[in-house]
Amino acid sequence: MTSDIRIALVGNPNCGKSALFNALTGLKQKVANYPGATVERRTGPLLDNDTIELIDLPGSYSLTPRSPDEEVTRNILFGTQENEAKPDVILCVVDATNLAQHLRFTLELKSLGIPMILALNMSDLAAREQIQINADKLSTKLGIPVIETVAVRKKGLENIKTNIQNIIADNEGTTIDTWDSVAARQKAARRLAADVTISEGIGHKTSRTLDKIFLHPFLGLVILFSLLFFMFQAVFSWSEVPMGLIEDGIIVLQGVVSANLSEGFIASFLSDGILGGVGSVIVFLPQIIILFAFILTLESTGYMSRAAFLMDKLMASVGLNGRAFIPLLSSFACAIPGIMAARAIANPKDRLTTILIAPLMTCSARIPVYTVIIGAFIPNTTVGNSFVGLQGLVMFGLYLMGIVSALIIATVLKRTIAKGTATSFLLELPKYQAPNFRFIMVGLIERSRLFLRRAGTVIMGATVILWALASYPNAPTGSDKPDVYHSFAGMIGRALEVIFAPIGFNWEISIALVPGMAAREVAISSLGTVYSLAGSEEAIETGLIDMLNGLWSLPTALAFLAWYIYAPQCLSTIAVTRRETNGWKWPIFMTGYLFVVAYIAAFITYQLSSALIE
Amino acid sequence: MLKNNIPTNSDANIRLGTLQPGARGIIVEIGAANEADMANEADRLREIGFAEGLDFEVMQQSPFGQDPIAVAVGGMTVALRRRDANLIIVETL
Repeated sequence: MTSDIRIALVGNPNCGKSALFNALTGLKQKVANYPGATVERRTGPLLDNDTIELIDLPGSYSLTPRSPDEEVTRNILFGTQENEAKPDVILCVVDATNLAQHLRFTLELKSLGIPMILALNMSDLAAREQIQINADKLSTKLGIPVIETVAVRKKGLENIKTNIQNIIADNEGTTIDTWDSVAARQKAARRLAADVTISEGIGHKTSRTLDKIFLHPFLGLVILFSLLFFMFQAVFSWSEVPMGLIEDGIIVLQGVVSANLSEGFIASFLSDGILGGVGSVIVFLPQIIILFAFILTLESTGYMSRAAFLMDKLMASVGLNGRAFIPLLSSFACAIPGIMAARAIANPKDRLTTILIAPLMTCSARIPVYTVIIGAFIPNTTVGNSFVGLQGLVMFGLYLMGIVSALIIATVLKRTIAKGTATSFLLELPKYQAPNFRFIMVGLIERSRLFLRRAGTVIMGATVILWALASYPNAPTGSDKPDVYHSFAGMIGRALEVIFAPIGFNWEISIALVPGMAAREVAISSLGTVYSLAGSEEAIETGLIDMLNGLWSLPTALAFLAWYIYAPQCLSTIAVTRRETNGWKWPIFMTGYLFVVAYIAAFITYQLSSALIE
Repeated sequence: MLKNNIPTNSDANIRLGTLQPGARGIIVEIGAANEADMANEADRLREIGFAEGLDFEVMQQSPFGQDPIAVAVGGMTVALRRRDANLIIVETL
């Protein structure tokens, strides 16, 4: 820790706090783990000044926490959060277009006695709505500096920096909160806002008009489902070209290896182990970027909470509420930010249920698995004469299966282990905004970096270990089986085959399932390695997809897909579940039940499709 | 079925949770005195943006079972279930 001064960014949800944080820290921010919305500990230097550290606290409505998320904010501000010193300065962010509402929290924060600066954010929007606020008067009344900011246009940022340096020099104490109830504080805030507002403005008409459409009982649902369907189709069709380029690049590299190195240990390690294994995962980067781009855009425009509104009743029918829809939708990208975003759910039973079903949402790590199998076994045609691709449709079906299973399991959980009182649903629907390009880019860069780092470390490590296990010992001379059959990996695979034979998995698949625990997509890189070592030269050149088509029966492929809807959990998901539920009980339960369901689903799929085909 | 519970007299205690989309008016009271056990819920409603004297409009209701509702209040829009909205007493226009 080299930072001398720590500044906490505090404000109501939807005040533009995260955008301001991004603008103030640029790309230099550190995220302690995986980013959800603002659920993780995000820090960064203030405008390249390494002596001042900015920390973005989860959005809160008050210091009385209503969710685990808001509890973090309260604890940090009270100085009771573990390993987290009390901040030196509070940068309180309020939405200038909703001043009366947001000032209530500002008044409450003043009771903490921490030096504070007020950022009157979204002042451009306020101007557009013809709202006029006398910032100087507000500053005098509150006794703290007030700065008008526009996060997306970087307005007011230097001013914040100057004021922070001044306030630290002065070490100004603040007045004490004299209101003893929410109602009284609210009244005071409204009076203060009215006092400093020169012109009240015309309101955000666009948002109201759009809400009439997007929240419409019929139109709204049509739009929501079309959006989701379009998103999943786009993940496939838009990624074709860049994926082809990456694939070609890998083949070129493999060619370079075989042209320059004589056949043997190193050539096999580079070509089969590294390029074959890691390469087969890297290829999915375009799809992951496209999926995240959609989710981040929906979040950034404010549409996500509309989706929560539309889905609330459906979620209520399985005992959850609409808020659970947001973490579950994030889980389509990755279960880890999804599970962490569940912190925003106030009811502990609801939160637990959401965490336990989050892994059933098809995460991006499963895309490689699904794509390879679908590519190998489902013909690339359209359904009837429509524009709907059959492959995309099967993919959609797999996603749907995950969702339906999640709803069923949630119902069961809410009636058994997570039984509790009826929940409520209270959610602010923020103003619609044009997607914030910077927010989306920061998110995409972060996700790509994490994915590539995972590919470079966990996936590469698992692939290398597997390659070693699959390469030694060599086959005895005169064996008609491929070398890998006699290797350590082959022995493990054959042992596991006893368990997996009833669901149609051969020993090669059984091998791939083990490293698949490290990260789901490793299963594909493992298959790449195993078959690459076992197969002939031309099989390698045509790629894994064509190879599998010749090697697996259709029922096996379908059972493999069914298995992957449910299992296995990657180690990171188990780890984050343990952290979020404070113990091993729930991660063990989650892993256990998902394995059982996966086995049953794969068994039924295999036996049924075998019977139908014959 | 909810409609039957709405008093026609605008002076009576009309609860926000009983209204249909399109209804507009002013918030009169949040968490009446005889609902002290609901004080915590009332505070939550205040924190998210409901306050006495603010204009409101019921914007939309859920496609499934007409619950929750989306209510424009002051400069913002809040989604909530009818049961919670019933803590808010309003005067309709």
